[in-house]
Amino acid sequence: MPGFDFSNYNRNAALHARGVPLPKATSTGTTIVGCIFDGGVVIAADTRATSGPIVADKNCEKLHFISPNIWCAGAGTAADTEFTTALISSQLELHSLSTGRKPRVVTCMTLLKQHLFRYQGHIGAYLVVAGVDPTGTHLFTVHAHGSTDKLPYVTMGSGSLAAMSVFETQWKPQLTKEEAMKLCSQAIEAGIWNDLGSGSNVDLAVITADKTTLHRGFVKPNERTQKLKSYVFRRGTTAVLNEKVIKKEEIGNYVSVEELAEEQLPGGDKMELDT
Amino acid sequence: MSSPFSINGGACVAMVGKDCVAIACDLRLGLQALTVSNNFPKIFQYGDVFLGLTGLATDVSTVSDLFRYKVNMYRLREERNIAPKTFANLVSSSLYERRFGPYFVSPVVAGLDPKTSEPFICGFDSIGCIDFAKDFIVSGTATEQLFGMCESLWEPNLGPEDLFETISQALLNAVDRDALSGWGAHVYIIEKDKVTKRLLKGRQD
Amino acid sequence: MAAMFSQNPLMNGPNYSFNDAPRTAAPEGARQHRFDPYTDNGGSTLAIAGADFAIMAGDTRLTSGYSINSRYHPKLFKIGGTTADQKDATIVLSVVGFAADGEALKERLDAICKMYRYRHGKPMSVKACAQRLSTILYQKRFFPYYVYAILGGLDEEGKGAVYSYDPVGSYEREQCRAGGAAASLIMPFLDNQVNFKNQYEPGSGVGHALQERERKPLTRSEGEILVKDAFDGAVERHIEVGDGLQMMVITKDGIEEVLLPLKKD
Repeated sequence: MPGFDFSNYNRNAALHARGVPLPKATSTGTTIVGCIFDGGVVIAADTRATSGPIVADKNCEKLHFISPNIWCAGAGTAADTEFTTALISSQLELHSLSTGRKPRVVTCMTLLKQHLFRYQGHIGAYLVVAGVDPTGTHLFTVHAHGSTDKLPYVTMGSGSLAAMSVFETQWKPQLTKEEAMKLCSQAIEAGIWNDLGSGSNVDLAVITADKTTLHRGFVKPNERTQKLKSYVFRRGTTAVLNEKVIKKEEIGNYVSVEELAEEQLPGGDKMELDT
Repeated sequence: MSSPFSINGGACVAMVGKDCVAIACDLRLGLQALTVSNNFPKIFQYGDVFLGLTGLATDVSTVSDLFRYKVNMYRLREERNIAPKTFANLVSSSLYERRFGPYFVSPVVAGLDPKTSEPFICGFDSIGCIDFAKDFIVSGTATEQLFGMCESLWEPNLGPEDLFETISQALLNAVDRDALSGWGAHVYIIEKDKVTKRLLKGRQD
Repeated sequence: MAAMFSQNPLMNGPNYSFNDAPRTAAPEGARQHRFDPYTDNGGSTLAIAGADFAIMAGDTRLTSGYSINSRYHPKLFKIGGTTADQKDATIVLSVVGFAADGEALKERLDAICKMYRYRHGKPMSVKACAQRLSTILYQKRFFPYYVYAILGGLDEEGKGAVYSYDPVGSYEREQCRAGGAAASLIMPFLDNQVNFKNQYEPGSGVGHALQERERKPLTRSEGEILVKDAFDGAVERHIEVGDGLQMMVITKDGIEEVLLPLKKD
């Protein structure tokens, strides 16, 4: 695996030593949950990404693809969940190609925890790993420091307590698929309404032995209300001091393009072209 | 000492319109409260793709040159211009490579897809997390002001002329309420067959 | 590679190009005592003065950290009526910041206005009330009420008046003002839509010769529309703003109060 580039580290550490704060990364305040049912597993997430108290993205994707039968919900530092899951997804594909077997959820979980443990919590990815493989249905949580859990229902992120309160009052063994979907969706909604770090919509993925269904926008209880007035300005309202238009066909004025006849081509072979 | 993101100041915003996109930036370069230059554009053009960079000015220059190099290498290898989506992923992975020693920049990408002419904009945090948006992207020291302006002024399917007025008013009024941005603005309106670049009149204080 | 090996034997870490390496532990026996009496309870307020009215508005969410403590906690208070229900009040105070201080400030200002009415046999004018509020705030200069207050009413000529304050009593009469968590989101929008800042008259000239768009006073319904749209925008992008929009319109006929729903996520 090509590693990280630390060449700016010294400069930034020197700045930090003089009291400069660390950059504010987009964090997914987030509510994410997972729940096992008879014949598969459901994971769900809200879709709000925040930077401090400001909503950076109202409809981001927190359910990440690992392999067709394994999906991951991510909380914590948004870039870390995105890239860690992509990296492990790639490693798992290569592993399954070389072994000739379908990827397993435990393998994915182990790769994730080993990667995260190596970075001692500096990679801020908090994940719910779920999937169905030849050994059965599995649901894990993986923390940024590398610890893992295996439970029939799990929650993570800033809305985890709100979501867990739903599971602890409503969950029962042997749920049906529909019951599990409804329960997960309600747990996320608890986070959306009661946790400021979570909001907007519910994304939900159902994984069974034969297929995975991703419901992007499973519930959309937070559509923006219609504005009372249109704020389109009269044309010419803004003061312009200078204007320059570059048309596509005039691009030749800026770049000289010349067709060369075959005998004019410099020596050597003619370039091969795909047709 | 203040955050590296707010030493030099600056603001950038991109918006989606009907068959067009717009990207705009202010022109200020400062050292804390002292304005050093009123001609420091923060938008860079790489073929058909536009990149807006705000944050620490030294990193703005470094990163813009780095991507000029990377895009030129791409063009030589692939014998075509880079598409906005491809460029967005290049920016993302280049920034994440420096996860533990980031450039102090918040990039914004805008352009039209070369095949479908579909409008595309996105934004990033300093370590490469992409924010795909269907409406607008803001960055810089006037982020909060720009969010307030865009959220109330923007509406879907604005034509190039209306989009210009909307993005210009959003930027101008936002930077007037931020002490670290302003001093004039550049606005690019990108359409299928042409690009219009305008210099705006703004407060010089 | 040289940068990897520090000349500082204490920390074989990165080199510092500056003299001040990070401080290590505090000197032995040193103890720090802290007293944190303030909380930021989020939320936002807004006020617009019209020709013969003033609009005051605020959201009704009360937060601390990532939690919502209340979905209906008013930030707008009628001040200086003759009775406890403030039926005949003519002045509105909005407070945002630390809710407990806001409550205390409102109680104090209201008591003072009532005393004024008792002593002088007439209600306090907005101008007098505004000056008195400034004094109250400055009296606690070194242990301030952690609030951004806005006072609204009608002046002696019947025109809408809005006074805005910082936590230690510096104040100013203005046409419009946003306060609190989403002030920076709302204020530029108000500049643009109330005072027509950065807007010019199309075709009135070229470049620098262009004429500014003329200001005209807002009607009441225009003002109410701006308030609602400004808050809808703030709710979308600020996590501490939402749940309900409390709006009070002060006219010569008294104070009308409206409560509108906002998004609750």
